[in-house]
Amino acid sequence: MVTPLTATVDLVVRFPGTVAADVRPGYTGFIINKENLVEVATAVRDEFGYDLLTAVTAIDYIAENKMEVVYHAYKTTGGAGLVFRVQVERVDPIELPSLIDIWPGVDFQEREAWDLYGIKFTGHPDLRRILMWEGFEGHPLRKDWKEPFFEEETKPFKSRWPDGQHTFAENKNPFRDNLNFPKDFDPEKYVVDKEEDLYASLERYTTKDVEGNMKTDHIVVNLGPHHPSTHGVLRVAVTMDGETIIGLKPVMGYLHRNHDKIGERNTYLQNIPYTDRLDYFNSMSNNFGYCTTVEKLMKIPVAERAEYIRVIMAELSRIQNHLIFIGMLMNDLGTMYTPSLYAFEERELILDIFEAVSGARMMCNYFRFGGVVRDIPDDVLQKIKGLVSERLPAKTDEMERFLNENEILVARLKGIHVLNAEDAIKYSVTGPVLRATGVPYDLRRADPYSIYDRFDFDVAVRQNGDMMDNYLIRFDEIRQSLRILEQALKQIPQGPINSQKAAYQVRVPAGEAYGRIESPKGELGFYVVSNGKPNPYRYHVRPASFVNLTAVESMCRGTKIADFVALLAMLDIVMGELDR
Amino acid sequence: MYGKGILKGLSVTWKRFWDTYTEDISWVMRGKKRYNTDEGIRHRSSKDTKGIFTVQYPEEQLIVPEEFRYVPFLVYDEGADGKKEVRCTSCGICAKVCPPQCIWIVRTNDPATGRPVPVPTDFYIDMDICMNCGFCSEYCPFDAIKMDHDFDIASYQRNVYNLEKLMKPAAYYAGIRPENYTREEEARKAKEAAKAAKAEASAAAAA
Ligand code: SF4
Ligand code: SF4
Repeated sequence: MVTPLTATVDLVVRFPGTVAADVRPGYTGFIINKENLVEVATAVRDEFGYDLLTAVTAIDYIAENKMEVVYHAYKTTGGAGLVFRVQVERVDPIELPSLIDIWPGVDFQEREAWDLYGIKFTGHPDLRRILMWEGFEGHPLRKDWKEPFFEEETKPFKSRWPDGQHTFAENKNPFRDNLNFPKDFDPEKYVVDKEEDLYASLERYTTKDVEGNMKTDHIVVNLGPHHPSTHGVLRVAVTMDGETIIGLKPVMGYLHRNHDKIGERNTYLQNIPYTDRLDYFNSMSNNFGYCTTVEKLMKIPVAERAEYIRVIMAELSRIQNHLIFIGMLMNDLGTMYTPSLYAFEERELILDIFEAVSGARMMCNYFRFGGVVRDIPDDVLQKIKGLVSERLPAKTDEMERFLNENEILVARLKGIHVLNAEDAIKYSVTGPVLRATGVPYDLRRADPYSIYDRFDFDVAVRQNGDMMDNYLIRFDEIRQSLRILEQALKQIPQGPINSQKAAYQVRVPAGEAYGRIESPKGELGFYVVSNGKPNPYRYHVRPASFVNLTAVESMCRGTKIADFVALLAMLDIVMGELDR
Repeated sequence: MYGKGILKGLSVTWKRFWDTYTEDISWVMRGKKRYNTDEGIRHRSSKDTKGIFTVQYPEEQLIVPEEFRYVPFLVYDEGADGKKEVRCTSCGICAKVCPPQCIWIVRTNDPATGRPVPVPTDFYIDMDICMNCGFCSEYCPFDAIKMDHDFDIASYQRNVYNLEKLMKPAAYYAGIRPENYTREEEARKAKEAAKAAKAEASAAAAA
């Protein structure tokens, strides 16, 4: 395991003059000269072995007139990460070399940084907006950009108290007065002409001869945004040669609400319920990731009992997520409803537990900095024990008996290639999809957080990387989660459930933290920068769904359109998290 | 044999189908009602549930746990003359902590002195914006705002509740959250007793 300290020495020694250690209080890592970024990044990957670049994001230091891009690189063999960053003058055009040739997984994240911060990555082959719509003007995460109905920089707003006369936000701003439209723009007359850019980014149409004189064209098909197989409002533009996919681009952002910007207006505490809305199947995991990150920044411990409660909740969440995954995959393959409703039964029982402890089935809002909000009542603990020791193992077996040998399912899944290990790492894919390619990279083991190092469990791995393995690995993970749960339920101590006093305003010292957890869908990362004020200066979510989707084009090229639907289901995306 | 996997899977469906009848029959045999009774609903959402799982809303309703939260309401105590004494002191903490900023409070000022009086003149919650997070009730220092269990509030209009509409009696609160209520009342009594003891002690010391 390489500790960040040895790495510090290495990188500065290796590149004297072009790399400097970041010495700002609360920050770690290196600042790299813009000109040498590609060279240093190549060395980081090849010489130092950081093969997985998980998070790329930007920060707008408007007071210092600087834009910063931060990269978080990790090793798939485990251990701590390497943070490196580039700072550039905040004068348009802001340009940086793209790292897409070194880590193709930066594709969407660089597009996001361009979209929301206006940083041009030279060398990126397809630098279009990704979350905002094509006619949009401005880059909304810049600190000087104001949203429609803008009230104040940070919450709480002064108009609410002590003289809070209720008004509807939209009444204050008649249509258009506070919307950032380009000059001479009339929404009534808008014709979407940027579509051409999208189609141009796909592989070109060609007219070719097939056997003598019959000519066929490649055709473009748009799946979605309203299509039952896309799990929400994802649109995918596909070029096809007959039934075979030759080019594909996901189009997203239909559910975009700029979660990051909202997060920067909120106080630290107010962000917790907002994280529930990211991956709405796993609000417990989202809470977990965010609270871990802020606790890292605040340098506070978590109460012992709360650690166990957190693990119990996160693992229950993983089980229900995987069950739903299996059910929904079946829906996509055409066996409507029966398997998914069987899965929903177990999910309901788990949600009942969430409801009893947190008050809500899906938007749990259960974690607080230093612990959780309330204790698990004894009868609920008994119910969890019953589920974990009796019902869930039996029902997992039943589900396997029900589906695994089904000839149609096997024909649809077995041998259909998803990804190989090399590509998966290249595209920064994490979670079960990566592990199904034979890479045993699970953050609960590779970079343990919370108390996962105390439990005895195996990292689920499968070797073939085909659809069948992607499907079966979910069952393996459910079984491992049950193992963790059994141990946690046995070991859970009595005691307080929060190490801190309940406070609605927390003090967070200046600095940065990147916290990541193994969410059921992959690596869920939160990057938070504090400047000591009550609101985060930068709040960024690195969602597993979004980054995993980077690999979808290479996954699907050459497969049949019918398999694409199943391939997309394999990635287990959820739009609340993908579009943020 | 080709098709064996399908048949194996179908045996699961068949068993589930069979269970719906045997389960119903076994309840009848035991002389119990499986539908439209609390016992039946509870059993259907327990770990031993078998057969029909669904609850036929609205004829049947799930029994929500004590901690279930929907939208907030303001608690008032009955005064001696039947007056509604709202517990809220309009301190503004809930309005500050509310993530989507949907609480609007008008504080009362004494017309003579201009100093704030601890009762709200008006209190609005925009229920369409409320994200049901429960922070307001969690951080209110006076146990004045609590989360409701009543979720049938669909309507054709925008739902901005004012003070009048938000107020519900403490008895209602005690009804939906008995454990919390008892705990809070005990804490309050203990605090008052401690205060009284302290006052007595200082009076004794002065004498
Ligand atoms: S409800 Fe509670 S927190 Fe809100 S203003 Fe009233 S007393 Fe303060
Ligand atoms: S429940 Fe949350 S969103 Fe709703 S009023 Fe209370 S603090 Fe605001």
